[in-house]
Amino acid sequence: MTEKKDLEQQQSKAVTEAKQAEEVVRPRVDICEDAKGITLQADMPGVPKEGLDIHVDKESLSIEGKASIETPKDMEVLYADVSVTWYQRSFSLSSELDASRIDAALKDGVLTLHIPKREEHKPRKIEVRAG
Amino acid sequence: MFATLRPFEGSLFSDFGRLEREMDQLFGSGPWPNSIRSAARGAYPPINVGSTPDQVDIYLFAAGVDSKSLDISIQQNLLTVAGERKIALKEGANYYRKERFDGTFRRALTLPEDVDPDRVEASYKDGVLHITIQRREAVKPRQIEIK
Repeated sequence: MTEKKDLEQQQSKAVTEAKQAEEVVRPRVDICEDAKGITLQADMPGVPKEGLDIHVDKESLSIEGKASIETPKDMEVLYADVSVTWYQRSFSLSSELDASRIDAALKDGVLTLHIPKREEHKPRKIEVRAG
Repeated sequence: MFATLRPFEGSLFSDFGRLEREMDQLFGSGPWPNSIRSAARGAYPPINVGSTPDQVDIYLFAAGVDSKSLDISIQQNLLTVAGERKIALKEGANYYRKERFDGTFRRALTLPEDVDPDRVEASYKDGVLHITIQRREAVKPRQIEIK
């Protein structure tokens, strides 16, 4: 009896997880690197500043955003490309990046993050002396 | 409204989206004819359309577009939105990912017949272009009193 219950619970948990996975959308990103650090840009249309959540620690960066769009109360949907308004995506960071000095800006639904490299990791030019 | 995401109480949009995805999977593009102007899945920018008895609301999810580059036109009940999104590449940088749309776009959609092309409003906020078109008075449902 208990076994059956456990199984049911497991199943319902799996269903919940599957649903959650489906209801989150990965924002499209551009990522580039130059001598100073890494720049990440993510499209998150509809997300206001208050709806944005950026988590960062030594190893990972996670961006989350909730779009808030005003719609008339009694609106009936005729067509929808976008069915999910929760953006979420995470990245792993490497140790030469200084997550404590991350800089974030949000404009017109585009999030721009700049993650600088630690001083000691900035590329140095190595002079070759003529012998 | 778009805002109810996440599990269970699934918003109207998520139900709608799911239904359509399932239909796509089952029947390919579907046994019924596609609208002649419909774009393939994943076209930029994504659009949502909703209606109320008073108006039709169109939402274009176009982040980072200069609102001056947008060209919105309506002819009877055919709405066209064109624009350009230019992504300035950083010089001297090495790109690992380039997933964001870059270039010009145009989307057209057929709205309900009773929209009034003279009463259109558009606003751009947080990367979403919201167009509201009023419906004509005559076709609004009216309560008829029995004397």
